[in-house]
Amino acid sequence: MSVFSQAMSWLSDGAHWQGDDGFPHRIAQHVGYTALTVAIATAIAVPLGLWIGHTGRLRGLAVAVTGALRALPTLGLLTLMVLWRGIGLTPPTIALVVLAIPPLLAGAYAGLESVDRATVDAARAIGMTEWQVLGRVEIPLAMPLILGGIRSAVLQVVATATIAAYIGLGGLGRYLIDGLAVRDYPQMLAGSLVIVVLALVLDGCFAVLQRVLSPQR
Amino acid sequence: MTWFLDNLSYIRGLAWRHLWLSVLPVALGFVIAVPIGWYAARSRRIGGALLTIGSLVYTIPSLPLLVIIPGLLGTSFLDPTNVVLVLTIYAVAVMLRSAADGFASVPRAVGDAARASGYARWQQVLLVELPLAGPVLLAGVRVVSVSTVSLVTIAPLIGVANLGSLFTDGFQRYFTTEIIIGVLCVVVLALVLDLLWVLIGRLAMPWLRVSTR
Repeated sequence: MSVFSQAMSWLSDGAHWQGDDGFPHRIAQHVGYTALTVAIATAIAVPLGLWIGHTGRLRGLAVAVTGALRALPTLGLLTLMVLWRGIGLTPPTIALVVLAIPPLLAGAYAGLESVDRATVDAARAIGMTEWQVLGRVEIPLAMPLILGGIRSAVLQVVATATIAAYIGLGGLGRYLIDGLAVRDYPQMLAGSLVIVVLALVLDGCFAVLQRVLSPQR
Repeated sequence: MTWFLDNLSYIRGLAWRHLWLSVLPVALGFVIAVPIGWYAARSRRIGGALLTIGSLVYTIPSLPLLVIIPGLLGTSFLDPTNVVLVLTIYAVAVMLRSAADGFASVPRAVGDAARASGYARWQQVLLVELPLAGPVLLAGVRVVSVSTVSLVTIAPLIGVANLGSLFTDGFQRYFTTEIIIGVLCVVVLALVLDLLWVLIGRLAMPWLRVSTR
């Protein structure tokens, strides 16, 4: 257990809590990348998923694409992006967005599909326009599954942003990659523990959000 | 293409390592998750708790877990056992749910009928419930298999070689071809394994072919 006490003393060392390489800055970076990526991916995938779910068009294609993207190795995509687009924030962001799209898309179209057809027909029957049906009936009822999609996308991005430290991204993954380079195991372990806590905290927030925003039963 | 042919034996070696690093966790995960899933489908309360633990485990990002496990076990950092263990943990976490769903989908009446016709408890589980839960279990194995094959590729970051080494190596040498070939090999391996599971499923559950056509 001595490695864990070493990691703990690494964690509690005040010097590791300030400056550009300190935990607050690294955590802020990590959360920042995650928020940025999920925001972009949501803007692309959720409207698309809603359209697919509402119209029922291209559903087969969406299922195939989300399945195929899941088989794509993350590290391969990240390294390829850097070789194509160069070092910087853009290549990892593109890769992270691509990886966040499948769960978001799946959440959105599965959410709309889960809405009872009779309810939708009833909404049309009382004279709602297609937009009203979507906005006032389908989306509120599909909210738990849409949020579920965002939740898995967030976790996916938190995990992948860690790996993206290998291609030069900042964030908490730096402790793992930099620690590995100098064989500083306590540093790697300390960074890992912080990432795990971050992931669990974010997941917990979404669990609460999902419960609050779910339609009453 | 010439690079691929020139380095065929190197790639083949990596592919073999990749194969056993993926198959072992999927197989171990199956053996561990099926009994637990069976139990989870039986008792509501403990089952719910088990599934919650499973989904919590699944939220832990993979690279940090690869770093934490050697610290917990005291194994060498570069030991491939860590990779197999981490992937097995994820495999159990995912398959637990499909196993629980699979066993829960077996109608009660079938179990009662089996007992009425004189099956012992273990016979009822192994010869009646397990085959009936089979299709759902198979679906779980296929999902886990695809994600495991792709997850293995991060292991080179902590020094365990496999097809993912083509990414790190290609990245360091600024050699795009090597990475593309790596991605293709990983996707092909995932597909081949998937076909293998389907084939095993057909051999193990021959009655499905009759009923679906």
